[in-house]
Amino acid sequence: MSTEMTYRQAICQGLTEALDEDPRAYLMGEDIGPYGGAFAVTQGFWEKYGPRRIKDSPLSESAFVGAGIGSAMAGLRPIVEIMTINFSLLAIDQIVNHAAKVRYMSGDQFSVPMIIRTVTGAGASVAATHSQSFEGWYASVPGLYVVVPSTPEDALGLFRSCRELMDPVMFVEHILLYGSRGQVSEGVKIPLGKADIKKEGSDVTIISYSKMVQNSLEAAAMLENDGINAEVVDLRTLRPLDVETIIKSVKKTHRAVVVEETTKFGGFAGEVVSIIQQEAFDYLDAPVERVAGEEVPIPYSMPLEKLAIPDTQRIVSAVKKLI
Amino acid sequence: MPRKTTNTKAKVADDVAAVAESSELNQEQLLEFYAQMVLIREFEKESERQYTRGNIKGFLHVYSGEEAIAVGAINVLRNDDVVVTHYRDHGQALVKGIEPKQAMAELFGKSTGCSKGKGGSMHLIDADKGFMGGYAIVGGQLPLATGFALASHYRDDDKVTLCFLGDGALNEGEFHECLNLAKVWNLPIIFFCENNLYGMGAPAKDHLAAPDKIYKMSEAYDIPGFRVDGNDVLEVHDLMTKLVKQIRGGSGPAFVEAQTYRIQGHSIADPANYRPEDEVNEWKLKDPIPSFKDWLLANGHATQDIIDQMHQTAEQEIIEAAEFAEQSPFPADEELYTGVYAE
Repeated sequence: MSTEMTYRQAICQGLTEALDEDPRAYLMGEDIGPYGGAFAVTQGFWEKYGPRRIKDSPLSESAFVGAGIGSAMAGLRPIVEIMTINFSLLAIDQIVNHAAKVRYMSGDQFSVPMIIRTVTGAGASVAATHSQSFEGWYASVPGLYVVVPSTPEDALGLFRSCRELMDPVMFVEHILLYGSRGQVSEGVKIPLGKADIKKEGSDVTIISYSKMVQNSLEAAAMLENDGINAEVVDLRTLRPLDVETIIKSVKKTHRAVVVEETTKFGGFAGEVVSIIQQEAFDYLDAPVERVAGEEVPIPYSMPLEKLAIPDTQRIVSAVKKLI
Repeated sequence: MPRKTTNTKAKVADDVAAVAESSELNQEQLLEFYAQMVLIREFEKESERQYTRGNIKGFLHVYSGEEAIAVGAINVLRNDDVVVTHYRDHGQALVKGIEPKQAMAELFGKSTGCSKGKGGSMHLIDADKGFMGGYAIVGGQLPLATGFALASHYRDDDKVTLCFLGDGALNEGEFHECLNLAKVWNLPIIFFCENNLYGMGAPAKDHLAAPDKIYKMSEAYDIPGFRVDGNDVLEVHDLMTKLVKQIRGGSGPAFVEAQTYRIQGHSIADPANYRPEDEVNEWKLKDPIPSFKDWLLANGHATQDIIDQMHQTAEQEIIEAAEFAEQSPFPADEELYTGVYAE
């Protein structure tokens, strides 16, 4: 049994379940109350659950994210929304220096069972400070989980697993995916650290996550016309990373392209490439290609923004270079 | 109301809400306060000795000179109340109930330390004792403390959270964000500024726009602010008795500034040459331990013999703590990988 729903509805359902099933769970974030959330994920929540469970927070990212951490240390199950990942920079000390560290440096006395939901990505014409993709930064921090769903099914399935974790999660939603639709299986639950092969293929592996999975699937469809059968691997979580699925696929196809939206230099894709060359070097028939953003701030003007971020055609071109 | 007769610092409570209620301490409690202050001082003297011997590494920020605050404030709390603090955390940890042995072992980086040797001097933590930690990023502890208070408010459990901060943290955005948040949601928290006049090497008066009005900084958030003599254990205790009672009753947050002084530098690596000699000498006269001792003697609460005995007991306990720390094992290599995530 499955139901068609949007990415937004899937996340909304995950939040509803958390609030209905766990009296320790509460939501906190900017304009998640009467306004209904900047991306309308929490519409109607304020009216249904009231201000105790839906904490509409002042514009104080460090304070409310840190308060979420403290309340999680005290045994609650906060689900904190940072309106976009760009604003998470205002709370990064709390996330990196506190949420991710307190279990370890207390000698395992504290858990931080907190989900931080936030929104990544470019393509919405909101200019340089509102269009960034920092999920890769957070993936470099031991103590954090980083989840990057690309479909409604993955969003709900992963969210359900995140609720069972006793450590902080960066649950990173893509700004352009909220309206995307897909089938969601009843009772779906997806463990972290398990990549998904979104399309099977034999000639090349395209590895991606979040919105770029859509582009990768589009590219794979175009490549079919040229007789190239691409496999598309959706990482789904950056930390933990499913190395096994990546390597197994590359050993099968002997070629890989790693796609991500953010700037190339220092990007997460570099880590994936490093793992491939270490673990599957002898299987490679060509150097691993990367498709990533240009080394520029994201411009406002739409034609320029399109140039700055990867698109389907660039993925197709990268694959063709390898074959 | 018990008051020290030797206090040389002018009271400044006249322009803030008056400290109306006496904490009415009995003799046993008064002596216990003195014993705790001496225990902290001995702990810090020993930690400095052990640092020079190479048994303690990294940063070591001692609390010597500020003991009256931890003892006066934390003794008002219940065991299940919460303390969250900064990196100069040894004194507060001891008063909240961490054993000197476990604290010293933590400084040594030993597996028997309260944080299993993984936190060190700046991260003493014992969740069971309600000592939720020393945190080493200036101001970083304020949001966490606000979260503990939020949890109490959410559960309606009547716990009070006491959040210590230094004068340096007043200039962090988190101070302002958290005062606002705590007031907006009426959280049961006391933000307690230990103003020791220096943020590392920088005089607070050079970095605060209004160094004489620290206790008024909360006014803009409609949070009552108080100033006390941080070297007067009884004055601190009086104020805290009143505030904790109010906050437990649902009054919402409060803010306290206690003026005090570090007898030593910022950390053990700091000779504190930036402090004028006159100033240092003036504050030496206000050392909270001898002045409280003089008050106890003058008011017939103790004899010199009792005082001497308390010092000996504290010295002995700290010697044992250091021996315990020295004899304890370092964490096993495999401990490197434990506690990153839940097992």
